[in-house]
Amino acid sequence: MTDKLIENAAGRMVPAEINGRPATPFMGVGKYHPSGNKAVPPIRTCADYPVDGNKVVDSIATALKNAGLRDGMTISSHHHFRNGDKVANEVFRAAAQTGVKDLRWFPSASFPCHAEIINHLESGLIHHIEGSMNGPLGDHCATGKMRGMGVLRSHGGRWQAIQDGEVHIDIAVIAAPTADPFGNANGLTGPSACGLLGFALADSIYADHVIVVTDNLIPFPCIPWQIQGNNVDQVVVMDSIGDPEKIVSGTTRITKSPDRLLISELTAQFVRDSGIMKDGFSFQAGAGGTSLGFAIYLKEMMKEAGIKARFIRGGSNKYLVEMLEEGLTDYILDGQTFDLDGVRSMRENPNHQDTSPFTSYNFHGKGCFASMLDAVVLGATEVDVNFNANVVTHSDGRLLHGIGGWQNCLAGKCVILPIPSMRNRIPVIVDRVTTLCGPGELIDVVVTERGIAVNPRRTDLLEAVEGSDLPIRSIEEIKTEVDAMCGGPPATPVLCEKIVAAIKWVDGTVIDCVRQVLE
Amino acid sequence: MTTSKDCNAQQTAEAGARGPSVRSDCWVRITLTETGGVDLQLKTKVESMYGEATRKLVRDVLAALGVKNAKVEIEDTGALPFVIAARVEAAVRRAGLDIGEGYVPDFAPGTEYGTKRDRFRRSRLYLPGNESKFMINAGLHHPDGVILDLEDSVAPSEKDAARLMVRNALRTLNFRGAERMVRINQGERGLEDLDYVVPHNVHVILIPKVEDPDQVRQVDDKIAAILKAKGIDRPVFLMPIVESALGCIKAYEIATSSMNICALTIGLEDYTADIGTQRTDEGRESFWARCQVVNAARAARVQPIDTVYSDVADMEGLRTSVLEAKSLGFDGKGCIHPRQIAVIHEAFAPTAAELEKAQRIVAVFEEAQKKGLAAVSLGSKMIDPPVVKRAQHTVELAKAMKLVD
Repeated sequence: MTDKLIENAAGRMVPAEINGRPATPFMGVGKYHPSGNKAVPPIRTCADYPVDGNKVVDSIATALKNAGLRDGMTISSHHHFRNGDKVANEVFRAAAQTGVKDLRWFPSASFPCHAEIINHLESGLIHHIEGSMNGPLGDHCATGKMRGMGVLRSHGGRWQAIQDGEVHIDIAVIAAPTADPFGNANGLTGPSACGLLGFALADSIYADHVIVVTDNLIPFPCIPWQIQGNNVDQVVVMDSIGDPEKIVSGTTRITKSPDRLLISELTAQFVRDSGIMKDGFSFQAGAGGTSLGFAIYLKEMMKEAGIKARFIRGGSNKYLVEMLEEGLTDYILDGQTFDLDGVRSMRENPNHQDTSPFTSYNFHGKGCFASMLDAVVLGATEVDVNFNANVVTHSDGRLLHGIGGWQNCLAGKCVILPIPSMRNRIPVIVDRVTTLCGPGELIDVVVTERGIAVNPRRTDLLEAVEGSDLPIRSIEEIKTEVDAMCGGPPATPVLCEKIVAAIKWVDGTVIDCVRQVLE
Repeated sequence: MTTSKDCNAQQTAEAGARGPSVRSDCWVRITLTETGGVDLQLKTKVESMYGEATRKLVRDVLAALGVKNAKVEIEDTGALPFVIAARVEAAVRRAGLDIGEGYVPDFAPGTEYGTKRDRFRRSRLYLPGNESKFMINAGLHHPDGVILDLEDSVAPSEKDAARLMVRNALRTLNFRGAERMVRINQGERGLEDLDYVVPHNVHVILIPKVEDPDQVRQVDDKIAAILKAKGIDRPVFLMPIVESALGCIKAYEIATSSMNICALTIGLEDYTADIGTQRTDEGRESFWARCQVVNAARAARVQPIDTVYSDVADMEGLRTSVLEAKSLGFDGKGCIHPRQIAVIHEAFAPTAAELEKAQRIVAVFEEAQKKGLAAVSLGSKMIDPPVVKRAQHTVELAKAMKLVD
C-alpha cells in the first residue's frame, strides 16, 4: 500500500491519512486554529458504583472483562515507571487470554521492558502502538513489521490528542504506587514510588473506563490524590507493579565524558553571559548527562553571582532538589521525578510541585508553562544548518527515541540544544535533518564542544553575548569543520517507501514521518 | 604483534581493535594474494553515511602503499579516516611489505602552527598513542600541551601501530594552539620513533628515563639529521624526564645537554620504586628529587615541570598538589584527564597579592630603564634581575589568563 502524501508547511511530505483517519499537515508554528469543543467522557452515576467506595476487583483479567474489552479498543498506560513497568505487560497478557484482537496500545511511552509486546503485535492482539517507542519496539516499528502506522506525539501533544478527541481511550490502566479502594492514587509512596502521575492524568479524565493498579493499597483516603478516585472505575491489587531500581535511580550520576562536561559548562556560561541568568529567572533541565552537568555548573554560577531562580522545571533529580533546598530557587515544577531525592522532595516539600502535561505543555489550552521558561536545555540526535532538529531518529533513519516533552519545551524563550558536534564518525549538524521534529525558528542556540552557534534570527542573543569569552561561531562553520574530520558530509541514507510512523506537532498536525529502514 | 601463526606468516596480518566495547576504531585483516586485485570486505557501523567513502579511502591507501592483490577484511565502529588509514597501513606493514614512508595524510588545517621555547607549559595532557578517541577533542579543553604517548600507555605489541596513529594524528588533528608533544620510547626504539613524528610538526619530544646526557644528545642528533634530510627549518624542543636516582643526581648535566631543551620534568612512579619506597600523597619521599629538578632546571635556564597527578576523581587533591608544585618552583604539571586542566591553570594563576607585587616591580623596572638607571629599587629594597624576570613572567601569565588587561 502506498500512502497518499501531502507537502506540509515545512516542506516535508507527510501522509494524508493515518491508520484510516484523515490527518492535518503541519501549517507552520501557531498557524493551526481548530474550532469546536473538547472531547467529553460519558456521564456516570453513583448508583452504579459501590456506596462503600470499595472498587477493588480480584484481577486485571476481571477488570478488563468488567470494562467490556473487545476488538479494536484503545488501551492506554503511562510511563512513570520507565523501564521498570510491570503493569502494561500484565494487561496485555490478560487481554491475550480473552481472544480479542486489533487493540491499539496508547502508552505515554514504551521501554525495552515492554519487548514482549512484539509477540502481541505479531499475534494480532495489538494492531499498532501510538506513543514513544524505545528499544526493541522502536526497532520493530522502524523495520516495518507493525501493521498500523506508529504515531509519535509529545507529552503535550498526547494531552491535546486525548482532549481534542483525536484519540479516544476506551480503557485507561493507571499503575499507581499508592492507591485507596476508591481509586484515589499518587506516586509519592510505596515500593514503586515514582513521584507523580501526571502522564496518566488526561487518561483518568477522558477515558471511558479507568482501572487503577497498585501494589500498595491503603485505606481511604489516599492523600494527595494526584489521580482522583471519582474518575476511577476499578482498582486492582498486584503483588508488584514495578521494579523500583528501574523506576527511579538511587543516585543520579553526572556524565564523566570530558567533552560532554565541556558542553554542559559552555551551556551554563551562555545562560550566564547572555544575561538570562538573573534574579527571578526560570529554566528547565532534563535528566540526561549533559543537562545534569548544565544544572551543576549553573548552580555554581548562580551561587557565585548571588542569583536566585523563581522556578525550575524538571525532570527533578538530586541536583535540582539541592538547589531548592539551598534556596537557589523558590519552586520546582516537576513533570517527572528521576531519582529518590526527587521523590522525597516532592513528598516533603510543598515548594516541589507536581505538574501535568496540561499545565506545562498542552498547546490547545489557555497558555502553558513551557512558554514562560527563560531557558530550556534539550537534547537532539541531529540539527541542521537552519536549526531544525531531530529527536526521534538517528542519521541512518532508524527510529530510536520518543519525543517526550521536547517539542513542547521549544516554546521556551531561549531554547538551547547542548549536543556533541559528532558521535564517533557521525556528524550531528547536517544539511537537512533526517526527521523534522522541531522547526528551526524555535531553536535558538546549539552548543557543541567546538563552539556555540546562535540562530541568526536571534539578533538579541547575538548582541547579548558580543564581547564575551564564549566561542560563538556560525553553525555552518562548525559543520564544515566536523565534515572535514569525518571525511566529507555524510551520504543521505537510502530508506524504503513505507511510512512506519508519523510525527505529530504540538497542535496535532503532522510535521514529518519516519520511513522504514533497509535491513 | 597479531600476525597469524599459520604457514603464511608473512602474508596475513591484523591490526586495530574490534569487539563490543570498541568505538571509533577499526580492525583490519589483510591477506596478500598473487592475483585477483583487492577484495575488500567492509562491515561498518556508519555504512549508510560513510560506507562508500570508506571503501574509497581504503582502496586509495592500499594503492598508495603498492598493494595490488589482497583480501582485506575490515570491521569498523566509526573510526575517522586518519584512524582507518593508520590501521590499514599497520596491517600492510605487519604483512611484511616494505612500503617506505607509507601513506602520510596531508597536513589538515590547524596542524601547522609553531611553538616557542619559553611558552607557558602549565598543563600537559597525556594521550595514549594507540587510542584515537582521546586525541580527537583533546585540544578543545585547552591544555598548554598535548602529549601523544608512544611509551608506557602503549602495549609492547602495539608500538608499531601507535607510531602510525600518532603520525596521522599529527598530520590531521587540530590541537588548537596546544603545544604538540610526543613521548618516545626508551633507547633504540625511541630513536626509531623519531622517524614517524619529527617530519610532522612535532614541537617537543619527551625523552623518558634519562640518566645520562648522551641519551639526550642521541635524540637531538637524530632529530637534526631528520630535519636536515627533510629540509625542515624549525626547532624541535626537548623535555627530558628523569625517573631514577641516577637521573636526579645528574639532573643539571641532563638539563644542559642540548640547546634545544626547553624544560626538565620528573616521573615519580619509577623514581620512588628506584629509591626503594612507594609514592605517597604527602610526597616526602620525592621532596629532594623534586627540589633537585627545580634547581637543575632553573640553573640551566629551562622550565621545571612537575610530574603527573593521576587521581582523576580527586580535584581537591589535584589543586593541593599543584599549589605545592608551584610553591616548590615548578612551572607546570602533567595530567591524564581533560577536566584536570582548568584546575591546574587556576592553581598556577598568580594570586592577587602576587600579581600586585609583580606589577609594582615591573613598573619600577620599566621606570628605571627609561631613566637609564642600572639599579632598580622598590621602596628601600634593591630588586635583583632574577626577581624582575620572575615578576615579568607573573604579569605575562596573568595577561595570558586574562586576569589583567
